[in-house]
Amino acid sequence: MKAVYGWLLLTPAAILLVGFTHYPAVATLWDSLFSTGTVVRPSRFVGLGNYASLADDPIFWQVLGNNFWFALGTIPTSIALALLMAIWVNDRLPARALVRMAYFTPTVLPMIAVANLWLFFYTPQIGLLDQIGALFGAASHNWLGDPDTALACTMAMVVWKEAGFFMIFYLAALQSLAPELEEAAKMEGASRWYFFRRVTFPLLMPTTLFVLVNATINSFKLVDHLFILTKGGPDNASSLLLYYIYQVAFSFFDTAYASTLTVVLLVLLAGLAVVQFQLVERRVHYR
Amino acid sequence: MKSLFALLLAALLAAAAPARAATEITFYYPIAVGGPLTKVIDGYARDFEKEHPGIKVNPIYAGNYDDARIKALAALKAGQPAQISVLYSIDLYELIEQDVILPWDTVATTADEKAWLKAFYPSLMMNGIYKGKVYGIPYQRSTIVMYWNKDAFKEAGLDPEKAPATWSEMAQMAGKLVKKDASGNVQRWGVMVPSTGYPYWMFQAFARQNGHDLMNKDGNRTNYAHPDVIAALQYWRDLGAKHKVMPEGTVEWGTLRQQFTEGKTAMMWHTTGNLTAVKTTAKFPFGVAMLPASKQRGSPTGGGNFYLFKKTTPEERKASLAFVKWMTTPERAADWSIATGYVAVRPEAYDTPKLKEYAAGFPQAVVARDQFKFATAELATFQTGRVRKLLDDAIQASLTGQKTPDAALKAAQAEADRLLKPYR
Repeated sequence: MKAVYGWLLLTPAAILLVGFTHYPAVATLWDSLFSTGTVVRPSRFVGLGNYASLADDPIFWQVLGNNFWFALGTIPTSIALALLMAIWVNDRLPARALVRMAYFTPTVLPMIAVANLWLFFYTPQIGLLDQIGALFGAASHNWLGDPDTALACTMAMVVWKEAGFFMIFYLAALQSLAPELEEAAKMEGASRWYFFRRVTFPLLMPTTLFVLVNATINSFKLVDHLFILTKGGPDNASSLLLYYIYQVAFSFFDTAYASTLTVVLLVLLAGLAVVQFQLVERRVHYR
Repeated sequence: MKSLFALLLAALLAAAAPARAATEITFYYPIAVGGPLTKVIDGYARDFEKEHPGIKVNPIYAGNYDDARIKALAALKAGQPAQISVLYSIDLYELIEQDVILPWDTVATTADEKAWLKAFYPSLMMNGIYKGKVYGIPYQRSTIVMYWNKDAFKEAGLDPEKAPATWSEMAQMAGKLVKKDASGNVQRWGVMVPSTGYPYWMFQAFARQNGHDLMNKDGNRTNYAHPDVIAALQYWRDLGAKHKVMPEGTVEWGTLRQQFTEGKTAMMWHTTGNLTAVKTTAKFPFGVAMLPASKQRGSPTGGGNFYLFKKTTPEERKASLAFVKWMTTPERAADWSIATGYVAVRPEAYDTPKLKEYAAGFPQAVVARDQFKFATAELATFQTGRVRKLLDDAIQASLTGQKTPDAALKAAQAEADRLLKPYR
């Protein structure tokens, strides 16, 4: 009887989870084993055929590489920046609330609005960046139109947008640290840097793990800005995996191949999550 | 509890009842240019309902062209009603392959209705006809024109009333129009052609001007690697790399209009859909001209057509026909053209007093019409998304100097051949 009661309590959450997470994941895996059907050419079983064409698809490898650089460029930078900002606004300083809010503002804005704003920062000649550069006599640069800078430009914007969000978590964690620790360290004559390195940072590890997991997921999940800034161009130089999935599914209408790409993304993210939780968690808690 | 349920049921029934009285038409439409156009469309729908009491029209704004196609197809798959939609003219092959549309010939049965199918500019019908049947009725249609800044022309010592008519003239005049500051940084470019968003569309103009279309009528063969087509891409690349009259790399579609109205480029190629927006924001006199010629003049058409969906009752089809016919009368086509800058889709519209008067005060508005005789269909093939992206990538790779036009286009052609082989 008790078991039935327990199951009843679980049912609503389970239905939602199965309906919107597990079933779609399994269906995606299933779909990736078939060819895309049209009225003229019905769908048929192709086994791992879609995965074979994936291995031969140069654009897939390019966007995967881009995504790797995108993650590498955005995750450590935004975490370091968030920690720095949190420590700064945790101190007693004039107009603290205002500074905190200023750092948090980018997070509140919708990504599409932010991207539209930054589009005009990067626009050659009339853009903010070029106008500031012009003051110092720098030549105009085609920021988003140059394959060497397009991806870096999108990364800078994402760091700007993300850091404030992560700052909030660090700020909350910092405020829960016992003030006695700092007092004790002072009495022992520890320098600020030593105290940060040996006490604050280790105590913040659980927060860092949480932020790291979120930042990693976001680096694969955030593609809204591409619709506005570059549409993945020039020549796929700034395209990311999820954006490519969108193109394949809704511009090429190749749902089977899109499913295949989605499975790859799922496996990638699941793998990363497992690594982060299993390996890193062992070293997270302060002993 | 029971009584509450009964009350809800009664309320639902009451709400559902009046909707059954009339034939309802739901249609999705995209907007890809500036201005408060949803209001215009809603206004048309209300006016139509007044004149046709038995028909109710629900226009649904669905974002840009891609969004509109996705939403309309998703609605159809989910069993929600959509009888007609304005979708990209180049979605034709995709919609045929998905088997969701009907040719308008099946409902246009009277002599009057049959004549209506032939009332539009032939160049606008090229993207709407497949195997002799009319699937797309032109509605929000545009073409590429050249905008030029007359003040900049005067400043550079050029005739402000004369736009370049050939490729060599354009490169030459653009060279004179480039303005640099003391330290050699460019303050104003000669010409800009956008190469993000719709690079293939701009390139079609270059290719056509150099004598070639990029695909065949059946949509199963592309012509990316012809020497003249490669030469066309080379000319586009040279504007930036050799003549130094255009920035190197890609030029953003979305911000180009501002760069022109801010005086950062003396000429730009852009859609006529931007005409009204440029007119309201440019603080200098500007001209609109046909695109320059190499072997001939040329520009692709573009934009959205009305499609009729297959999952419809005979009454709905009749009502849809009545509505689309009403939306494309000469008067309304003229009105729509003035509100947006899109071209009026049929010749009679340009004879209406309203548009005649407008064109007298703003002659830029009729340039697109005059260019129709040189116009060609927009790039559309089977597997159109992929085949188009191959070309987009090849263009961007060339413009950014990563590949030569020759290598980029030959690779794109080989891949397109592979994709299209099953359709031949």
